[in-house]
Parts: sequence; structure tokens; C-alpha cells
Amino acid sequence: MAAYKPVVVQACPKLGERITQDTLYWRGYKTPVQIKEFGAVNKIDFSPVPPYNYAVTASSRIHIYGRYSQEPIKTFSRFRDAAYCATYRDDGRLLAAGSEDGGIRLFDIGGKAPLRQFEGHTKPVHVVGFLSDKYRIFSGGDDYSSNLWDIPSATEIISYSEHTDYVRCGCASKVNADVFITGSYDHTVKLFDARTKSSVMTIEHGHPVESVLLFPSGGLLVSAGGRYVKVWDVLKGGQLLVSLKNHHKTVTCLCLNSSGQRLLSGSLDRHVKIYSTTSYKVVHSFNYATSILSLALSPEDETIVVGMTNGVLNVKHRKPEEKNDKSQKKRQPAYRTYVKGRTYMPKQEDFCVSKPVKRVLRKYDKLLRSFQSSKALDAVLEPPIMLHTPEVTVAVMQELHRRGTLRSALAGRDEKQVNLLLTFVARRVIEPRFTSVLVTVADIITDIYQPVVGQSAIVDKQFLKLQEAIGKEIDYQEELLEVLGMMDTLFATFTKKRDTCLEENKSNGLTEIIETNRNY
Amino acid sequence: PGALRVVRCGGSALRGARAVFSADSYLLCASGDFVKVYSVSTEETLRLMGGHADLVTGIQLNPHNHMQLYSASLDGTIKLWDFMDGIPIKTFTVGSKLLALYTPASAEDSVFVVIPKKGERDTFQLVSVKLAKGARQDLEAKELSVVLDGVGASMKHIAFGREGAYVVSVKDVHLQVYFFKRKLLNRFSLSTVKTKGGDNHFSCVVCHPTEDCIATGHADGKIRLWRNFHHRKEYTYSTLHWHHDIVMDLAFSVEGTRLLSGGVESVLVQWHNESSCQKDFLPRLGSPIEYISMSSDGALCCTLHTDNRITIINSNLRFSRSIQGLIKSRDVKTGLVVDPRTKALVLNGEPGHLQFYSLQSDQQLFSLDIVQRQYIHQAGLKQSDLVKVAFSAQGTWLATVEESEEVTDPELQLKLWFYSEETQSFQLNTRINTPHDNHITDMCFRDMDELGDDSLILVTTGRDCVFKVWVMVEDTDPEAQQSVSWSCDFVGSYHNYQATNCCFSEDGSLLAVSFEETVTVWDSLTWDLKCTFCHPPGNIRNICFGRLTCSKYLIGATDYGFLCCWNLLTCALEWSAHLNIVVLQPDPLSEHIAAVSWLSKESSLFVFKPNEPRPIYIQRNLCKEKILLAAFVPRDEPEVISSEKYLWLRKSQPFFLTDTQELMTLSTKSLEERLTPSSKQLAVEESLPVTPFSLLLGKHRHQQAQEAIDLGKPVVHNKQEQASPAVKELLHTPAHVLPSASFLCTIFINSLLISKENKSAEEVADEVEMESEKAEDDSDEEDVTEMEQEDTSHMELLGETTCKLSKSQEKELRKIRKTDYSWISAF
Repeated sequence: MAAYKPVVVQACPKLGERITQDTLYWRGYKTPVQIKEFGAVNKIDFSPVPPYNYAVTASSRIHIYGRYSQEPIKTFSRFRDAAYCATYRDDGRLLAAGSEDGGIRLFDIGGKAPLRQFEGHTKPVHVVGFLSDKYRIFSGGDDYSSNLWDIPSATEIISYSEHTDYVRCGCASKVNADVFITGSYDHTVKLFDARTKSSVMTIEHGHPVESVLLFPSGGLLVSAGGRYVKVWDVLKGGQLLVSLKNHHKTVTCLCLNSSGQRLLSGSLDRHVKIYSTTSYKVVHSFNYATSILSLALSPEDETIVVGMTNGVLNVKHRKPEEKNDKSQKKRQPAYRTYVKGRTYMPKQEDFCVSKPVKRVLRKYDKLLRSFQSSKALDAVLEPPIMLHTPEVTVAVMQELHRRGTLRSALAGRDEKQVNLLLTFVARRVIEPRFTSVLVTVADIITDIYQPVVGQSAIVDKQFLKLQEAIGKEIDYQEELLEVLGMMDTLFATFTKKRDTCLEENKSNGLTEIIETNRNY
Repeated sequence: PGALRVVRCGGSALRGARAVFSADSYLLCASGDFVKVYSVSTEETLRLMGGHADLVTGIQLNPHNHMQLYSASLDGTIKLWDFMDGIPIKTFTVGSKLLALYTPASAEDSVFVVIPKKGERDTFQLVSVKLAKGARQDLEAKELSVVLDGVGASMKHIAFGREGAYVVSVKDVHLQVYFFKRKLLNRFSLSTVKTKGGDNHFSCVVCHPTEDCIATGHADGKIRLWRNFHHRKEYTYSTLHWHHDIVMDLAFSVEGTRLLSGGVESVLVQWHNESSCQKDFLPRLGSPIEYISMSSDGALCCTLHTDNRITIINSNLRFSRSIQGLIKSRDVKTGLVVDPRTKALVLNGEPGHLQFYSLQSDQQLFSLDIVQRQYIHQAGLKQSDLVKVAFSAQGTWLATVEESEEVTDPELQLKLWFYSEETQSFQLNTRINTPHDNHITDMCFRDMDELGDDSLILVTTGRDCVFKVWVMVEDTDPEAQQSVSWSCDFVGSYHNYQATNCCFSEDGSLLAVSFEETVTVWDSLTWDLKCTFCHPPGNIRNICFGRLTCSKYLIGATDYGFLCCWNLLTCALEWSAHLNIVVLQPDPLSEHIAAVSWLSKESSLFVFKPNEPRPIYIQRNLCKEKILLAAFVPRDEPEVISSEKYLWLRKSQPFFLTDTQELMTLSTKSLEERLTPSSKQLAVEESLPVTPFSLLLGKHRHQQAQEAIDLGKPVVHNKQEQASPAVKELLHTPAHVLPSASFLCTIFINSLLISKENKSAEEVADEVEMESEKAEDDSDEEDVTEMEQEDTSHMELLGETTCKLSKSQEKELRKIRKTDYSWISAF
């Protein structure tokens, strides 16, 4: 004896954006806090140690913000002209910044005046960074040179003049204290080893390099320039791994998330894209109001800070994790009754009494099982089902039609229910997946309630709405057919056999939809 | 080796008569010309009692001896059987067709049968037949006395009342009761006018076992309970109404407290108390109920269904078990398909299901729910059912097409199922709604054994004048649940003709699609139209490619009775024959093609190779029915066929399905050989679970065979033959009749021991041990075995029969001597 088979609700694959783990993760931020800076924000750097303050370089100032502060908790403003690239040291106690006048200043987090000044560049210094041994600083300037400085003596250790244009970005290796890289507007990224006199590797990016990034392992290098983000394998001698072209304007900044699993890139096209570092596919993207210049992510992805060209600092905090204390409490008896006995192996002398598994059926299924057509239809015309899962309503209507009881289920309803039915039909009849069923339903409704037309203003209004919806859809389909005709003439001019086959196929898919909708 | 015989298989319809429970938990059923004996507890077919020459129409237990059974048949004989042993005791020849049989206990030496009235068509009478006593086995029973005239032909239309005091017969709207003692005949009639759409016609009648009460079922679903029918005027009846369609059968419980009724709704209804209308239901029994019968102790009841199924139900109305063979659906739309994995025959089963029917064991392996919707048993509903089925070459993919019965706007669904190794069943992979705008006419997979699953292509042809090519697409999303899905790759058409058939060539490079009168051949790589063939009058009915050496031929059969063979290399017609071919079926394992023609009420079989127009084998008058479908089922091992004429039967066996849903095959074996199939015995041995003991046994046997080969002398089968009957007996006896295991153990062990004159038990163990060591040292002993083979060949040359041990064997024996045998003492 077979059990009752519930009504099959046809699940349609959702078109458009698919909800993935990533979408859920990256959507979990609160509404952003906007802070106005004095000029374009060219660098944001998080302190590597708690409480994870971050330094924002904009115009001639460096502001230090606390985690949730709206106002800067500290400001370094000893710059005559614009400051660039304020960067924390690994221990979070020193801060280095370049400036428009070519000097590099080193600040203690506690003090106000610079501890050291490194003079040597003749042009503005746009990039500064600490090597991982903490005692040296590298810098790159508009004088095409990349320099290495000793912090204690404030002297230049070595100067490389290999770039042929402005050096605008760079970063130091975390695994080797002697290695750093700089990217320049001459389309190259160069890898320097402090122990040698010249660069050890040159990578041709193909566009002015705006940002470079080394993976924590030091094996992969990411460079951004033009519309491209390129990933290189350093250990293989600078081989191109993948080239990403997901922005439609220059990519200005790069950043890794705390786990190293996702790569973020910000661009002048106002988007931040998040890539998976395994597949290099875009898994999520953020939209911002204006072009993005700088981007930083705090440890544990708690905060995303984005700096814009118009001087706005956009700070997003992560929503606190919702704790489900209540559900945990509920689960306790469930364990006792359901889980506890699961693993119990019956012994030989035990007498087993098996309890039949109770199948849970939806309300409409229970009613359909006992052939109560009208009530089953009532059950799926409840607003929550009708609004959120129209496919259930339509599936039950189809089942009733299949059983030949749809007419009797639709008949004998009062004004309110007819209104409800017609609202649903008028709204959903144009959806291709429901059309075939709802056209039948609309047919039957008009058939049944034809004699009472004119007695209720509400029902009459709904009938008119239905007529309007169908009329619109027919016009729309006619237009589509016209477009299809135009496309067909285009395809007819194609000569390559294989291509025509493919297009033929596509156009056929379109006609299918049209034909299903043409029924009324 | 006689002539080829047409053998019916898959069991006949079980619908001849009500099933009968014997006193000791056997169930007896009339099945075609046979009476089948089932065990209620194990669902097994225990015995098949054959002897009647025509359909068995009635079976009843002998009321005076519960170990005997009467059976009546259309061939005009009543047979008395000892059903425990399956032996016919007596045969009584009545002379005219017998349509029903009743054996009330009150009648001393006579039984009641329904026979057609002489001289009048469609009029039947109930007669009592005096069964003559005599020592001979075949007796004449000519003493007939008419009891009632103008009765219904079905056994459901007559019932005998309590203690055989009266007999009730229903026909149309008339009920007649005949009282034997008083010789009184009362007639009652219902109005013939159909009130409120009701139909008063009687459909069945039963009598209360203890009271004077008659229950009748009606065509409009009502059940009437008649009382006081001794009086012509003051009779009363009460009505029970639940069924919405005809009541097919009724049955009272043994005490008469409950009444069971069943009908088209396939719901068994139990009425407790006629006044309060209290009732219980057992719904969704699968198919309309034809007969209901109760066991004599009231513990069980069983329902016979129209699709050849028996359901056994407990007294508390719980489903107990079902006995099912080949389910006979109304219309086999899917064709006969062979599952490459199980070699089972696949066809429509229950509505919306696909049945996998094992030919070897004559039972259903499993039933796959394709439509996955509740089937409503109601006349006039547009049900959706399975119409096309195709398997990929390895059986990993299954494609099914289901459509609703509506003619104009069929609700089509194409489903692709993947065989999951974990669950050992097919799982739905892709569902495509409306794959074609009109009915799908044919569907095939590209059969390619060598290439992997990546090259799988499915082609469907439709009446919407296109054929579509479906390919597997890898899902790029790593988080998706399944890695592949199917999508349309190419749509082809030819001058807007309806596509009717499709077929891939053996290597998969060419696809032939027939469009009405034309066959088109397409390249499966580029989907270019390569060439077209046409044989003008008539549409193409079937096409297929030749196989193996004949792969350059394309065979087609047309509506106007032509069988054509085109050569693909020259693109010319090779030969054609004037035959009205209904079925064209290539054998997947050889070049042979079977064609079944239908001409003036007989089907003929032609087997031919495409490269020569003269058929290899012709069987005229295969059967009287029209053969609709055919399939070649590959044999497990090639059959030994002596006659050259039947060589085409060697690798696979043809099966045919007629329009009356009879499954037939061709066999060279005689009936007795066929009844004890060797495969069944083999299957038992193979299905032994792998226990240390079975391994031991296996090694032992293997070693014996090995020994025979090694020594080049005939094997001494003596001990094995000794051992095997006991073991086989043990394995073949149903578990429920076996004595306790402790009792059997000693017999079993003894049967395995080798008698003294051959070898001691220890020696056997030695050999086993040797075998295992041999296996271990297999790799480094390869050169030795080679030498060994040389030795034996040498010995054979000399014609020596003495067994000399080779050096390596001596070495091994020495090794064995050192090993420990203390475990044997455990025996």
C-alpha cells in the first residue's frame, strides 16, 4: 500500500543573484557611518594590534580613529603639504608617512612630533612601508627611485633608481625581512632584495600600477592597474596566474581579508569587488557613492573602511552574531526523545516495538488527501502562502484541475474571496511558469461569475485589472516578436555553421516562452 | 532439440476467479490455465498446477476434505487436486464451458457450475453436477440438473446462503432467491429508471454466513442489505453508500459482523455495523480491486487487483504484504526496454511507475515512481503517465517522458535520472518542462561503451516537427548540489515534417531521424545533414542501424508494408522486401535483426542480417494476437544451441509483448527443462554471503578444479556430489520449515567431510591451506607455474594418468606440514 504522495510544488531555479555563503557573510554589515575628511583619502591602515585603531591619510593630516569613534582620537598635522601613505609598523607603535615635499616622517603613536625625518627624495613620496624586521623603512617617490632607510640612524641604506616613472605603490614581504616590492606608473612591478644592488625581478603589468599586494605566504603577488587585477606567482619567476577584469574603471586599491581567503579590490567605478582566492571568481560586490581611492579591512573582518575621492570616509561595522539561546533551550527535550535512543543497539533479549514514523503533511495536502477540494483551495489562498510562495497556490490549483474539481472548488465564493482570487490571478498570470494554469483558472472564474458581474464594484475592478494585465502582456509579447524578427535577419547573415546552430537554439528558447504566453 | 517453441512467460492474468485461502496458510489462485499455490508467509509461488486446456474460471476447496481443491475451466472439465503435492486426483468432464464453480458444504456429492444455455447466446444457467464416484481418474459427469435459469456469467453474480439453504443470483436489476428445501423461487426487481444519475444494476452478491441476509453491490456504488426475502412482498433492504463508482466485490467476515467492499477507487472499505454506518478504510491499494476473499479463520483477507496483484491484508485492516509478478498495465506505452544493469525488463507498471521485472525469478525487482503524483482512481480523469523510457549504455542514466492524456495540449515532462551507487536506485537529476511543444515520438541515448559519460547525448523527436539534442552541462558553481545537469544543445528540423523516430549508429557518429516519409542522417559532431533516404509510399514506422559487420546499413520499415535496407556508403537502396513490419528490433550483441510482421490475424517473425535480404529464420504464425513490442535480453552466458538454424538465439533471447499484455519468448528447450532453470540454482549459490566458511568452501571447490587441470586427469567428482545434495537441500528449503540450526549443523558439517577412502579431512584442510599460500606466493612463483604447465603437457603427451607431484608442489607440501592445524579440532 502506497502512502499519500504530497502535491509536487515545481521549484523554479531563481534567476539573478544567487544567495551563497559569501553573500550572507558580506551582507552582515550595519549601515555605514560617513565621516568627512579634508581631502581625498589616499590611505587607510589598520593598526595590527588591539584595539585596532586605524590611520587615515587625507590632505595634510593623518587622523587616527578608534574602532567605533566618529571623531579622530588623534591627529598628526605637522605636514606643510599633503601627507601620503601613513602606515603602522607590525607592533602598532610607530607610524611612517610620506609627504608632498619628499620627506618621510616617523611618528610614535603616543607623541605628536615626528621621531625621525628621512630626507633624500627630491619629489613627493607616495609610498612608505616597514620591512618585517621593524628597523628599516622602504619608500618610493615621484623621482622614480625606491629607497631603503635605516630607522635608528635615519640614513639612507640604498637607493634603487630602476623605475622609469612615478613609484606609487609598494609592500614588504612578511616572510623575508629583506624583500619588498614597488609598483610604478612605468607599468612594472619590481621586486627588490635589500642584500643586492639591483632589483631581482621585474613583472610587466601592462598598465600603470596603482596598488600591489603580497600574500601572507609571500608566494603570490597581486598587482592592480588600469582595469586589471593580476595575480602572479613569484616563486615561479613571476608567472601570470590569472588576470581579472571585473571593474570598468581603474582599480585603485587592493586588500586581503583576515583569513586570506578573499581578495578585495576597490576602483574608481565606485565598486568594491570580493574575489575568492581559490577560484578567482567574484563572490560579492559592494556599491559606493563615489570613486574609491583606498580600502582597508580590520582583523576578523569586523570593519570595512573605504576612502573616497571626495574625502568621505565610509565605515561599515559588522553586525553582532545573533545568539540563539531560545532554540538551544528548546532542543534539550528533543535530544532526550529523539537523539538519545538513536544509537542504542537492541540486545538479543530485547523486544523491539517500532513506532510508525508520522509524516507531516501540509494543511492543503491533508485536505486534498480527504478530497476536500474547496477547503484545500482556501488553505492555499491564505495571504502568507499566496504572497510568498505563489508556486504552492498554483501547484494546488493545478492538482485540482487534474482531479477535475477545480470548477467546483472555485465556485460558490463570496465577494471577498473572489476579490482575493482575482487579485492573485491578475498579478501572477503574466509569469511564464504560472501562465498555463492561471489562464485556465481565469477562464473558469469568468465563466462562473459572469452572471454576477456588475453587482460588486470591487470584483468589477479586479476583472478590469485582469483585462489590463493581459492586454499589456500581449503588447509586450508582440514587441518581443518584433525584436526576434530583427534578430533573425541578423542571424541569417551569419555564415559560420556552428554559430548559427547555437543562435537557432537560443531563438528557439525565446519562442517557447512566447508561445506559452500566447494562449489567451 | 526440437523446433522452436513459443513460450508464455511472466504469468497469466490472476483474474479468473476469487482466490482461496487453504486451512494451512496457502493461497490458491487461478492464473490463466493454471492454478497457482502461494505461501502466505513468504509470498513465494510454491506450486504451479497445470492440466486445464483453457482459462480456469473457478476454484473452490473441497468442503469435505480441506486438502483438496476443485477447479473448473472453460475447457469443460472439473478437476480435483491435492494441492499440497500438486497432483490431480480426478477429472470430471462436463462437456460445456464452465463459467463459475460453487461447492456449498450442504450438497453431498454434487457441485454447482454456471454453463451457457444450449441454443441461446449470452444466457447462462446454474446447474448442479453430480460427481460420479469411481475409481478411474477420468470420469464423465453428465448428471446435470438446472437450478436457476438466466443467471449472470460471472462468479460474483451467484452466492449460496447460510448452510446452503438458498442460492441467490443477480442479473441486471433482478435478484432471485431459490430456497432448496421449499423449492421456492422469489424474484425481486429494482427500478430500471436511473434516479439522480444512479445506476441500479447489480454488480455482485454475497450472503451472510449466519443470518438470512444478502448483500448486493451496485454499479452506482451502493451496497444494499436485503432481509426478509422469504416473503415476496414484505422484504426490506437498507442501503450503504460510500463508493462513488461500481462495487466490484463484497465479502462478509467469518462471523458476519463485518462486511468488506472494494471497487475502482482501490480502497478497501470495512463496514462494521449496518445501522450506524461505521466504517474503516484501507486506501491507496494501487489499482482497482477485482475480488475480495477471506480466509476461513478470518485472520486474513486478500484482494485481487486488476493489474495482476494480490494484496494480503490483516484482520485489523492493515496492509500485510503483496504478491506481484509482471504488473499488467492497461497500455504499455514505454515499450520493452532492457535495463543494462540488472538485465531486467523495464516497462509501465503501476500508473506513473516504471517496473523493473526480473525474467529469471519472475518477480518485480522494484518499481520506480516517475510521475510522483497521487494517482486518483476515477474514470474520465486526464491522468499523466509514462510514455517513453531510455537507458544509457551502462545504465547510469535513465531518461523518461511523461505526458498527460490530453490530446491537444499535452503536459510534457522530460526527466533524467542518475543511478546512485549509494542508494542503489535512480535519483532525479534534471526535470525539463515542455521539452517539445507536442507529443514526443521517440527518444534515444547515444550508446557508446568506450567513451565515458561525457559523450552522452540524448535525442528526442517530437510531433512539433523538430528533434532536439540534449547534452550534459557541468555546473560551474562549486556550491551547487549536483555537478551536472542537462540542457538543449541543438534543434534540428527537416522541411517542417513531424519527426517520428531516431536512432544512433553503433559508433555514435551518425544519427538517423525519420521525418514522416524521409529518413535523414546527421553527423553527430557538427549536426550537419549528411544524406536523406526515402521509399516513397508511406511514412517511416521504424528505423535502426545495423551492428558489428553490418554497421554500414540502415534498415527502415514503412507504413505501406516495405522493409528497406539502405547502404550508407553508397547512399543507395540495397534491398527491400514487401512485409507489413510492426516491430523492428536489433539484437544488441549480434548483427541479427528481428522483424515482426502482422498480416491477416497472425504475427510472423523474421530474423535477418542486413547484409543479405534472405532471412535466417522465419516463424510463421508466432501467435494469434498482434505483437506490439519486442526486446532482446542478453543471456548471462551464451546458450549451447545445437541447430545452426537457431544460432541467432545464442547470445540473447527475444521477448514479445502482445496487445493482450501477454509476454512471450522463444525457447529451444522442452517444457520440463525450462521449468527448472539452472540459473535459479546458480543464483542461490552465488548469493551465499561471504563468511569465512563460504570462503573455505569456495577455495575448496576452486582447488579441486585447479587440481584437475594441474594433473591433467578427470576430476573425481565423487565427494562433491556427495556433499552437494545435502547442502543444496539445506539452501533450497524455505527457512520457515527448517529444523533448528543446531540440529542441522552436524549434518552440514558431515556432508562436507570427505570419506576415508578418498582423503582424510586433514588432507582437505591441507589443500585449502596450500591454496591460500599459493595465492600469497603467486607473484614470485609465476615462472614455476609455467614450468608446471609444461610438465603437465608433457605428461599428457605420455598419456600418464598417475599423479606425480612436481617439485614446486612437493616444496609446498613440505611447507604445509609445518603449519598448525589445531583449529580443525574445533569441528
